[in-house]
Amino acid sequence: MTTLHRAAGERFTLELTLNGRPRCGQAEPRMLLCDFLRHELQAFGVHVGCEHGVCGACTILVDGRAVRSCTQYASQADGAEIVTVEGLAQPGTLNEVQRAFAKHHALQCGFCTPGILCSVAHFLRETPHPDEQQIRDMLSGHICRCTGYASIVTAILEAATAMAKDA
Amino acid sequence: MKPVAFDYYRPQALSEAVALLSDMGDEATILAGGMTLGPMLNLRVARPRAVIDISRIPALKTISVQSNVVLTGAGVTQSDALRSEVIQREVPLLAMALPWVGHFQTRNRGTLGGSVAHADPSAEIPLALVTYGGAVVLQSRRGQRRVPAREFFLGALMTQRRSDEIIAALEWPRCAPNASHAFAEIAQRHGDFAIVAAACSLRLDTLDRVEELSLGVGGVEGRPIAVAVNSFLRRPAGEIAADLSEHAAANLTPMEDHSVSADYRTALTKVLVARAVSSALDVARQRRGHLQ
Repeated sequence: MTTLHRAAGERFTLELTLNGRPRCGQAEPRMLLCDFLRHELQAFGVHVGCEHGVCGACTILVDGRAVRSCTQYASQADGAEIVTVEGLAQPGTLNEVQRAFAKHHALQCGFCTPGILCSVAHFLRETPHPDEQQIRDMLSGHICRCTGYASIVTAILEAATAMAKDA
Repeated sequence: MKPVAFDYYRPQALSEAVALLSDMGDEATILAGGMTLGPMLNLRVARPRAVIDISRIPALKTISVQSNVVLTGAGVTQSDALRSEVIQREVPLLAMALPWVGHFQTRNRGTLGGSVAHADPSAEIPLALVTYGGAVVLQSRRGQRRVPAREFFLGALMTQRRSDEIIAALEWPRCAPNASHAFAEIAQRHGDFAIVAAACSLRLDTLDRVEELSLGVGGVEGRPIAVAVNSFLRRPAGEIAADLSEHAAANLTPMEDHSVSADYRTALTKVLVARAVSSALDVARQRRGHLQ
């Protein structure tokens, strides 16, 4: 077995899968994964807020799990399957959750929304019949300064019910 | 903010990680889930020359039952532990504590070992380990050693880990099948650092007396404390909750910080200990009801 070593300040080529497509870009070891996705791969739906894991704006799916992209480094993501908000629905369309967000005004400025939508994608896969308490518990990992969360909870509840019917 | 420039190493085996750490010592830092180290790097509180990423070492991600203990690899994520049937069955107090650790999104990446290594005074995983009387398994080039959790934590962010040692695993005693557990916590917002947390495990004998008892309190002192409870053994269970809460509060020296006074921590300690003990007793009696 061998240890991978990347020297400080040296650029390397990182390959991963973004929204179903193999992609590559340049990074140095300290580059945040969120910065790599935005600056190198133009995934501008990844929003960067607090840069220390608290606000949830940068939440993406890595290998199916909703995680922060500001507290991991591009160096760690070789070969990862990454989904950002751009990959949650076919381009030009909205998924069930996004439609419910629009209907219930679950966003105002929209800065926190891509992260929340990624969290919800993973959350509803694990918890297809959530109650309000479970939704609020999941949402505690996101900060929204506009809505007061009530409309977000309503939208997720409605989307979950609709998706459970379809399933 | 962005971290200082660092050398990045990603070993594929624990032996490689240990060798790297042994060579670099204090200049290197171990990165697992990054839920604590990430913020510290980004805020430049931590400025290591090298980062050793142990997140792809398979041996650190196993949960195994070995005679009377459960070994959880240091790299097991908090969400994997929460989903584990072995943890639910054999280490139920940990399963009860985990939903209080951070958020859904941080548990998906944060690890059991990372939380223990960081040793925040209010952290739930160290509290569960101390309450159970578990141990921390440390690996270095010199070999492996096992430190009881009640000795491992020295104070806020301070542990017995030496600079060339990696936390390889946590050792949890398997719980007795008829033991009952409870976990209670108050934080400013769910998922934030606990102001005070209390954990309780107990077992009653057939005469409703306390046969086994452990009580842990986190967030009050600089490290999680296992309260000495021997004087409560063999006492009738009905009368212990209130006495235990006074006893715990009297034996702790609470911290004071920007959010909460020492007196408030003492008051919360009483409430949460009473709550945890009462709820563990309720579970014990319900279980007995089912058996009769």
